[in-house]
Amino acid sequence: MNAPPTAGPLLLRAEHLGRKAGDKILIDDANFELKKGEVLAVAGPSGSGKTSLLRLLNRLDEPTSGTVFVEGIDYRDIKPGNLRRKLGLVTQRPYLFPGTVAENLRFGPSQRGEVLAQDVIEQLLTQVGLAGFAGRDVANLSGGEAQRVSVARTLANSPVVLLLDEPTSALDEAAKRDVETAIQIVVRNHGLTCVMVTHDLAQAIRVAQRALLLESGRIVREGSVNEVLHA
Amino acid sequence: MLSLFFHTQLQLGLAQATIAALAAMIVVLLARRRNIHLEGEAIIAMLRGLVQIIAVGSILVILLRGPRWTSGLLLTAMIVAAGATSAKRARNIPGAFRVSTWSIALGAGLVIAVMTALGVIDTAITSLVPVGSMLIANAMNTNGLALNRFRSDVVAHAGEIEAALALGAEGRTSVSPYVLASFEASLIPAIDSLRSLGIVWIPGLMAGMLLSGARPVYAAIYQFVVLAMIFAASGLTSLTSTLLIRNKVFSPAEQLLLRP
Repeated sequence: MNAPPTAGPLLLRAEHLGRKAGDKILIDDANFELKKGEVLAVAGPSGSGKTSLLRLLNRLDEPTSGTVFVEGIDYRDIKPGNLRRKLGLVTQRPYLFPGTVAENLRFGPSQRGEVLAQDVIEQLLTQVGLAGFAGRDVANLSGGEAQRVSVARTLANSPVVLLLDEPTSALDEAAKRDVETAIQIVVRNHGLTCVMVTHDLAQAIRVAQRALLLESGRIVREGSVNEVLHA
Repeated sequence: MLSLFFHTQLQLGLAQATIAALAAMIVVLLARRRNIHLEGEAIIAMLRGLVQIIAVGSILVILLRGPRWTSGLLLTAMIVAAGATSAKRARNIPGAFRVSTWSIALGAGLVIAVMTALGVIDTAITSLVPVGSMLIANAMNTNGLALNRFRSDVVAHAGEIEAALALGAEGRTSVSPYVLASFEASLIPAIDSLRSLGIVWIPGLMAGMLLSGARPVYAAIYQFVVLAMIFAASGLTSLTSTLLIRNKVFSPAEQLLLRP
């Protein structure tokens, strides 16, 4: 997985991106780029602003300064629903909707009037190691299974960038390995561009090619994953 | 028993009010033992309610002798006051007062207007104002319940709502389960009132009509009429307010404004 950076076209550029909440600076003047096919790890101690950065990229929070360009377009000019489909977010906790696994996967496409075919649902579930789970009630899933459904649900929207917010942090070791493997498979199979927030440096090294290190909301280091995390 | 000690109606009324307030305070003290602190809110609400009802009662004595258009003025003022009161149940939701006032105006106002036009409510100010105020008060309570439930559901389910937003859903879609739940929950008192009418309780209006010499059957039927109107006014108010409030918890860029 830890291949040299792909020199694909520029997909995403954060320019002077920042957010303040009252007097507290959550993200301070973040500047970075993401090329197609890259996996970028965002690391840093607790409270350093990793999740805040991801929420800004998905525009779940509004920047108080700067902006993000997605495929060259200022993301404030993109309809929020379309932007969030393109920059698919997998949250720390899965937050599945009541119902079956298949209903969860159909949710995103149905928001733009599309019906996700049964074979596509099966394909997505197979990729995350949950073949045959389509009809299962989400209430009966384990933590690791629920997180993998959450990954598949985001992929059902065909995002151009996958934003992963510590997707394995709330799981035990076995479930963590399953989810990480599922993520590696889907990133490789889809050639997905990915931003992955993690506090697990070993995981960052296994999954990503480039890394950002955040401290108190500021990017203090950026470069290849080995340079940044071993410095 | 009280009438043995208090000989004028005013003295008797004050004594009755004191005993009723003491009963309410016992409940407040029982709640306090379970670490539920209602003291401040309950005392202020009771004092405020007592002062308001005496003041309004005094004004009504004058206004009820006035021209018929006065009833429109009184009911409008009641709707605005009801909007302000129930909006407090939607703390931190921008525009809650406007949503509440418009919803009560549409819900209770429309039912009052239609029922008055059809002759179900008498146009005499002595009839229109008391019946109208019952519809407005119940619409206010329903609206408060709906907004309170909606607010707490949104805060409790912020994760699910943001998960839906992150999948490209519009704000109103992401909160639709909570809009529905708030609407249903807000109508429970109105439904239960209709369901238990005559069995669990005989409402004040019917008792008043009987005391003033109306035929018992007509008094009973008219009580049903009032409760059905209350249900209609409350339902329309809750439907309107839950539909209007759902967009108020999002920014123009579909970001959830209410978070834990």
